[in-house]
Amino acid sequence: MSGWDKFVETFFNAKVMWKYLPDILSGMVVTIELALLIVVTGLGAGLALALLRSLAIRPLNWLIIFVVDLFRSLPPLVIIVLMYFGLPYAGPAPSGFVSTWLSLAFVLMAFSEEIFWAGITSIPKGQWEASRSTGLSFGQTLFNVVLPQAFRLTIPPLTNRTISITKGTALGTVVAVTEILGQASSAMSNSYNPSPLMMGAAAYVVLFLPVVVAARWIESKFAWKR
Amino acid sequence: MATNHIVDARAIHKHFGTLHVLKGVDLKVDERELVFIIGPSGSGKSTLLRCLNRLEEPSSGSIVVDGIDMLNPKTDINHARRRIGMVFQSFNLYPHMTALGNVTLALRKVAGKGRAEAEALGRAALERVGLAERADHTPGQLSGGQQQRVAIARSIALEPRVMLFDEPTSALDPELVGSVLEVMRGLRESGMTMIVVSHEMGFARNAADRVVFMDDGLIVEQGPPAAIFETPSHERTRAFIGQIQRH
Repeated sequence: MSGWDKFVETFFNAKVMWKYLPDILSGMVVTIELALLIVVTGLGAGLALALLRSLAIRPLNWLIIFVVDLFRSLPPLVIIVLMYFGLPYAGPAPSGFVSTWLSLAFVLMAFSEEIFWAGITSIPKGQWEASRSTGLSFGQTLFNVVLPQAFRLTIPPLTNRTISITKGTALGTVVAVTEILGQASSAMSNSYNPSPLMMGAAAYVVLFLPVVVAARWIESKFAWKR
Repeated sequence: MATNHIVDARAIHKHFGTLHVLKGVDLKVDERELVFIIGPSGSGKSTLLRCLNRLEEPSSGSIVVDGIDMLNPKTDINHARRRIGMVFQSFNLYPHMTALGNVTLALRKVAGKGRAEAEALGRAALERVGLAERADHTPGQLSGGQQQRVAIARSIALEPRVMLFDEPTSALDPELVGSVLEVMRGLRESGMTMIVVSHEMGFARNAADRVVFMDDGLIVEQGPPAAIFETPSHERTRAFIGQIQRH
């Protein structure tokens, strides 16, 4: 047997792959569910915090900045472990799935708040003044004039953050979430063969490549002729 | 508060931290009057203008515009601002909207017009500034002079009672200034009350009813353009006029 054949036999073993394909697919479903929940709640909460911050209420802003800085500096794995193993001592005992979802949603919230906020503050003061001088209220100006311009600036950094944090769903393995990586690594130890891991890698590419493409499309859609 | 003036600002003071920018300014403007405010940079003329629609909050004083007490906390400031158009040095058009979108936004959101009516009014306003055929262009596709005319259309579409111009031609290339002044002259002829901060002396000379010279947060003197430009009574006015006419 040549080196190449051995390599294929080890990493792309058809028999093993076929056997564990259903596991990987069910892992994909879990990962998709987790990722969608994280993206929707994380980005939604991040935007909400950025909007709250634009109201410029001092004590509230200190609180927002503290929470955001905390979740940006803690490793996501630590948050997941604390929530899953630590929180039950205080009462609620979230499942591994919920722990992973909430932990990563908090992290995405923190990062996206900063990105949305940077977008909002990058809009020149003159835009606010022009809009307010025609009688639009603070809120009307924010939603009709400032946010549409801010969103366009935030899409590239937001896409990067969203993808890197949703890839963190793999951390769910440590709290027994049966997502792609969890399924792949248990299949790997059951079959004594790394082929399931290759399938897992392929599954991630299949999941995230469309996200990158979609982000580029949204970006071009939001662009205006300068 | 009864007043015969459409703009009646009294004893306006404005502090920025330790900086005393306006030191008790009175400005009364009659209906249909065109008042030009000139003065060296830092004299407070732009701040005064921005106090009139409360983009800047005066530290003290009173401002009544078209019978509305602008500094009363009970005044609906958004409603009051509809009646006061403002044109900025840097145009400040919304870059993500077309010219028509810029003009119709406040018509729809503030004046409560439906889309069709807002667009009809918006197109009419663009027509008045000579840009009807540019309605679907975004600001990035327009020259500076065209952008400033769209900004003027954005204001006049709301049928303001007063228009404030804050150095409307200072950011323009010399060859584009004329088109903006042309639109301002048209507005003047239609009877619009206008307060203009600008150094377009030629325009001031033949279009203004009154020229106000400000220096160091105070109005130094005011009068008909000929009097201010030819026979200023204060040394500071004379020095300033001399300086700008040398250029």
